[in-house]
Amino acid sequence: MLVEVLFWVFASILTISALAMITVRNPVHAALLLVLCFFTSAAIWLLIEAEFLAVVLILVYVGAVMVLFLFVVMMLDINVEEVRKGLTRYALLGGLVAGVVVFEIVSVVWTRSLGIDVTAGAEPLPANYSNTAELGKLLYTQYVYAFELAAVLLLIAIVAAISLTMRKRAGLKQQNVAKQVAVRAEDRVRIIKMPAEGAAPKADAAPTEKGA
Amino acid sequence: MIKLNWLLVVSSVLFAISVAGMFINRKNLILLLMCVELLLLAVNFNFVAFSRYLGDINGQIFVFFVLTVAAAESAIGLAILVVLFRERRSINVEDLSTLKG
Repeated sequence: MLVEVLFWVFASILTISALAMITVRNPVHAALLLVLCFFTSAAIWLLIEAEFLAVVLILVYVGAVMVLFLFVVMMLDINVEEVRKGLTRYALLGGLVAGVVVFEIVSVVWTRSLGIDVTAGAEPLPANYSNTAELGKLLYTQYVYAFELAAVLLLIAIVAAISLTMRKRAGLKQQNVAKQVAVRAEDRVRIIKMPAEGAAPKADAAPTEKGA
Repeated sequence: MIKLNWLLVVSSVLFAISVAGMFINRKNLILLLMCVELLLLAVNFNFVAFSRYLGDINGQIFVFFVLTVAAAESAIGLAILVVLFRERRSINVEDLSTLKG
């Protein structure tokens, strides 16, 4: 009973925050509402016992992707009013498309032609069942090549993002590490011979002086 | 006990909201990217629900990969957005008309 109540509470929070996300004016508020969406989804995934993915959703999405979004939103000086023009013109069309999408999916769900009973609940998992361990077993055996490919994909994404956004600004003072390492004492220090000033030189050997 | 069709309805509503969001915020590139994230979340919802109710954990592996690709996609998308903003001082989709003949 408690699980059902929690599910509907989370589902309504999810729907309301998603609706608010697409309608608020301020992009920072939209990003924060999207964070709320991800949190609530993670809670629902916990309720249906997909623990690992729920934690990954919070760590990866809320912890990394949404922070990236917030950084970009705050870095760019966006003219909100300019971007928001024509909002109501397309709200009707958007609502219409959304209605069609809901109708189609719900009608598929309600015709029980999928071969499974969609109104059934899942049988509860045994107490010593570990979602993370099961996923790990499958990920490191059957899907190990896909896993490696995903890692390579992330590496490519890092390189692409950095090379896209890096730029050389004119007049920017920065150190050249290669030049610093390659410097030798002979290039910097010059040893010259000169007679001592003042009294007449007595000794033949003139004192040496270092000049930078 | 949570029924499968409840989850499917929630995910379809989420999907529809994000599709509507793409129409409503069709000028703001950053909100379009956020709507794509929400779409992917709705799809992942279906994967997790079916994986749980059919007792087949392969669906959750798929969600894992979808999350990976979505993270890479949003990182590169935001990088392109930053470059675009530097060039045009705007993130309005309608300003991107360089390739228009």
